[in-house]
Amino acid sequence: MTAALLFDAGLCLLVLVVAFSAVAGRGLFGAIAFFIIYGMLIALAWLRLEGVDVALAEAAIGAGLTGMLLIGAWSMLKQLGVSGLPGGPSVPLRIAAGAVSGLVALALAATVLALPDGREGLSPAVAESLGRSGVDNPVTAVLLNFRAYDTLLESVVLLIALIAVWSLTPRAVWGGVPGLAQHARSDGVLSMFGRLLPPLGLVVAIYLVWAGSSQPGGAFQAGTVLAAVWLLVVMAGLYDEPPASSRNLRLALVAGPGVFLAVGAVGAAFGVFMGIPEGFAKPLILSIEFALTVSIAVTLALLVAGRPRRPA
Amino acid sequence: MIALDVMTVLLVCTGLVFFVAGTAGLLRFPDFHSRLHALTKADNLGLGFIALGVAFQMTDAWSVAKLALVWMLAGLAAASVAQLVARAALDRLPDESGGEHKG
Amino acid sequence: MTEFLVLAALALLAIVAAGLVRVHLGPSRADRIISAQLIGTGGVAIALLLAAASADTAIIDVALVLALLAAFAAVGFIKSASRDGAGDPEETEEEA
Repeated sequence: MTAALLFDAGLCLLVLVVAFSAVAGRGLFGAIAFFIIYGMLIALAWLRLEGVDVALAEAAIGAGLTGMLLIGAWSMLKQLGVSGLPGGPSVPLRIAAGAVSGLVALALAATVLALPDGREGLSPAVAESLGRSGVDNPVTAVLLNFRAYDTLLESVVLLIALIAVWSLTPRAVWGGVPGLAQHARSDGVLSMFGRLLPPLGLVVAIYLVWAGSSQPGGAFQAGTVLAAVWLLVVMAGLYDEPPASSRNLRLALVAGPGVFLAVGAVGAAFGVFMGIPEGFAKPLILSIEFALTVSIAVTLALLVAGRPRRPA
Repeated sequence: MIALDVMTVLLVCTGLVFFVAGTAGLLRFPDFHSRLHALTKADNLGLGFIALGVAFQMTDAWSVAKLALVWMLAGLAAASVAQLVARAALDRLPDESGGEHKG
Repeated sequence: MTEFLVLAALALLAIVAAGLVRVHLGPSRADRIISAQLIGTGGVAIALLLAAASADTAIIDVALVLALLAAFAAVGFIKSASRDGAGDPEETEEEA
């Protein structure tokens, strides 16, 4: 037991050191490198808290996609000739921001310490109804059955975020292709990597959706993996991004929320809107998950790629 | 059972040695390309030995296969990245080491 | 056995922490990015040790995702290091 305690203490310390280095570092690029490491450490922290579902999402988002997004943003600044923040916020503003963050942290710590011991929250209620949910993983049961409303709205939020990014497009390239035209040496290491990894990523993603019904995994984690390998294919210069005006692309974007809503409507026919009928729960949940995976993958990949920059 | 545990201890300790060596090289070697050299050894061998050590604790073949896949993926990533970053550094190193801290 | 595996994970955590020095010092961006890469591999190994320690094979999936996406930050970096921000360091030979 002491070994576990030591590990947890070491991990907490390391998370704090890395977070401080990311925030306090002077160079933008160093801060990004620390932030990527921070994502990996947070994934390990979730493992220790037995939140393997969250650890999977954090590993994919924090250690994978966010690093790519931040380095892409940094690269764009570099192309524009901006090497860092011009001066940054004033010292009093920084002190004020630090003080507010400190107070929030203290309030959170006080709340956590004030929680009664031995509480189980809603886990007994979830465990009791798990048999009727159609899946064996309690997290998937909550996300896609008991609280399906929340997940539907979250998938719509992602879509709205993408619409917000697209709304920044100038008229001349509206409906055009996002990002720079990527190119790479056709027989080089990058092309080889871009050809080898995506098939493996596809298999891992399908496995994660399928496994999500009985063990940690699910649409979000799988969608993030797919988005990452798609971005790799684009960066390796193998395929270009589709234009934002493409009909198939837009269909892929709305497939997840669309299938989700359709199942909700079927539920309405059986009595409750968004109530998933008991006998068909597993096939219905899996079809929602697969459709959501496609939509989440396309949405995340396009969010990282940014607004259209070239005419279609 | 004890034999399996002994294998795990031996292999995991060997893996740790490679990680120590790689990190020592990363910290002590004088220039970027030497550091890269130290690091790729740690990446491939360190993780390989630890994955093999962990495999002796697994009870099903499926998990062992996944461990092998983890090692292969990490090896593929490390090899590709080493090659590409080495080349990028070859072109760019002189003008990069200077102006960064001023940002 | 659990005790040993967690202690090994702790040792690896300490090794990874030492690597942070190189991320901080640089001096080049390439140094920072390959240090982050090594630390990422350390994280994969820690996840594997934790999977064995807690006898939870689902944790191997986390290591799998970490390993699959390990190279992505570095790929982003080498793209940005090319002349127009969209190329590949190996292209220069072809063009020259």
